[in-house]
Amino acid sequence: MTHLLASARRRGPGVHLSRRKRGWGGVAAVLLLVTGCGSSGPPQRTVTVFAAASLTKAFQAEGKAFQDSHPDLRVTFSFAGSQSLVAQVQQGAPASVLATADLATIAAVKSRLSGPPVVFAHNQLAIATAKGDPLHLTTLASLAKPGLKVVLAGPTVPVGKAAANALKAAGITVHPVSLEDAVTGVVTKVRLGEADAGIVYATDLTGSDVGGVALSGTSTSLAIAALSGIPAPADAEAFIAFVRSDPGHTILTSYGFQ
Amino acid sequence: MRPRTPLLLAVPAGVSAVLLLLPLLALLDRTPWGRLPGLLGRPDVQQALWLSLRCALAATALSLLLGVPLAWVLARTPLPGRRVLRGLVTVPLVLPPVVGGVALLLAFGRRGVLGDLLVEAGAVPAFTTWGVILAEAFVALPFLVLTVEGALTALPRDAEEVAGTLGSAPLRVFLTVTLPAVGPSVAAGTVLAGARALGEFGATTTFAGSLPGRTQTVPLAVYALLQDDPAAAYALSAVLLAVSVLLVLGLRTRVR
Repeated sequence: MTHLLASARRRGPGVHLSRRKRGWGGVAAVLLLVTGCGSSGPPQRTVTVFAAASLTKAFQAEGKAFQDSHPDLRVTFSFAGSQSLVAQVQQGAPASVLATADLATIAAVKSRLSGPPVVFAHNQLAIATAKGDPLHLTTLASLAKPGLKVVLAGPTVPVGKAAANALKAAGITVHPVSLEDAVTGVVTKVRLGEADAGIVYATDLTGSDVGGVALSGTSTSLAIAALSGIPAPADAEAFIAFVRSDPGHTILTSYGFQ
Repeated sequence: MRPRTPLLLAVPAGVSAVLLLLPLLALLDRTPWGRLPGLLGRPDVQQALWLSLRCALAATALSLLLGVPLAWVLARTPLPGRRVLRGLVTVPLVLPPVVGGVALLLAFGRRGVLGDLLVEAGAVPAFTTWGVILAEAFVALPFLVLTVEGALTALPRDAEEVAGTLGSAPLRVFLTVTLPAVGPSVAAGTVLAGARALGEFGATTTFAGSLPGRTQTVPLAVYALLQDDPAAAYALSAVLLAVSVLLVLGLRTRVR
């Protein structure tokens, strides 16, 4: 770097030189910023949790409470459709805990888990509509109305699979306008008013600005497990134990999980 | 005499070449060539390919029809605020596509600025193939406008002025003198716009959703397939890579 600067000083005219100098100043500032970010606070260990999109709010609250009781640990989350998280784990993503919206999805990475996955909460399907449900969409059958814009999750997404099963069991055919890759995508399209309705989880209606109604008799099971071959298995197990503990369960129920 | 390449430049140059080429080679390595004809013959894959082709062609045609006149206005008219407009046209070029999708929703969605008008007309583009074309044109148009505008600005005006003094109407001058002169740039801009349209992902999935046969173009299909059928995703990716290589080759021969 000094060599380059020196040669610029020797050869370049004055204006050129000062511009060059400013350029390096910018680089130095960026370097300072980058290194500055890395050296804040005492050393902490991190638990990386890959969790189903439907757990976004609940697990953020779990993470906060967990960090309060474990000051030496930090939790970072990656929320996405369970099928997407499983695909990432198969590609070697550095997760220490995996929590999916159903058992079938987590079973696809059984060989990468440290033990059998446990069911830690239950959810229900729900119809999401605009606030106040102006179109009176309270049953699966009402979603078959022609001209209605219904959004579902894709067939590999747990909520999409569960919705397809529920529709099939009820003998109802719905023509969706979009197949989203996570339940949050369905909720967003309904919230923005682009879709009239979507099939989501009951928990997505809790404290949300979308309307809708839970569908009875559509229970789903959320599963959690630590991954094998991770640097600090005890930390991962501590997070799972916290989620399954009484305080952990209270948080989950406050977000509508059972 | 050839100067010696300094090590300080040769090493990062080599690293950047590896960075750019290794992922592409890895994709080719993992592509299930033996299964390729079968995979590409699958109805769901064909559906995505045809949809992508149709949408990209339509978006490119739209960009051409709307973009060349805009480039001309930016380069040739004393429009006030022209420089600002030129800058603003560039914004979609560097805007994260997903932000473009959000912006499109806020403009053309049911609850968007033009929402009531579009609902009235029964022409809400969200969740339709038109929505895909609109999203693709939004990201592709700036490539065409900037390429053509640059060429027009660099073009000496003598010929146009002569044609004008000889009594040709301005539109005739544009069509018979100006346009042929910047033909190669129009072609290059069209290819760039087409490539961008074909690869569009973020704005499409945000604005138009993802439904096989209607809005799930090849990039969206690749993303969806990667989660349960990686081999099919690799195969479709290889197709897009091949198209990209062809476009680049086409562009190079054009420019020469």
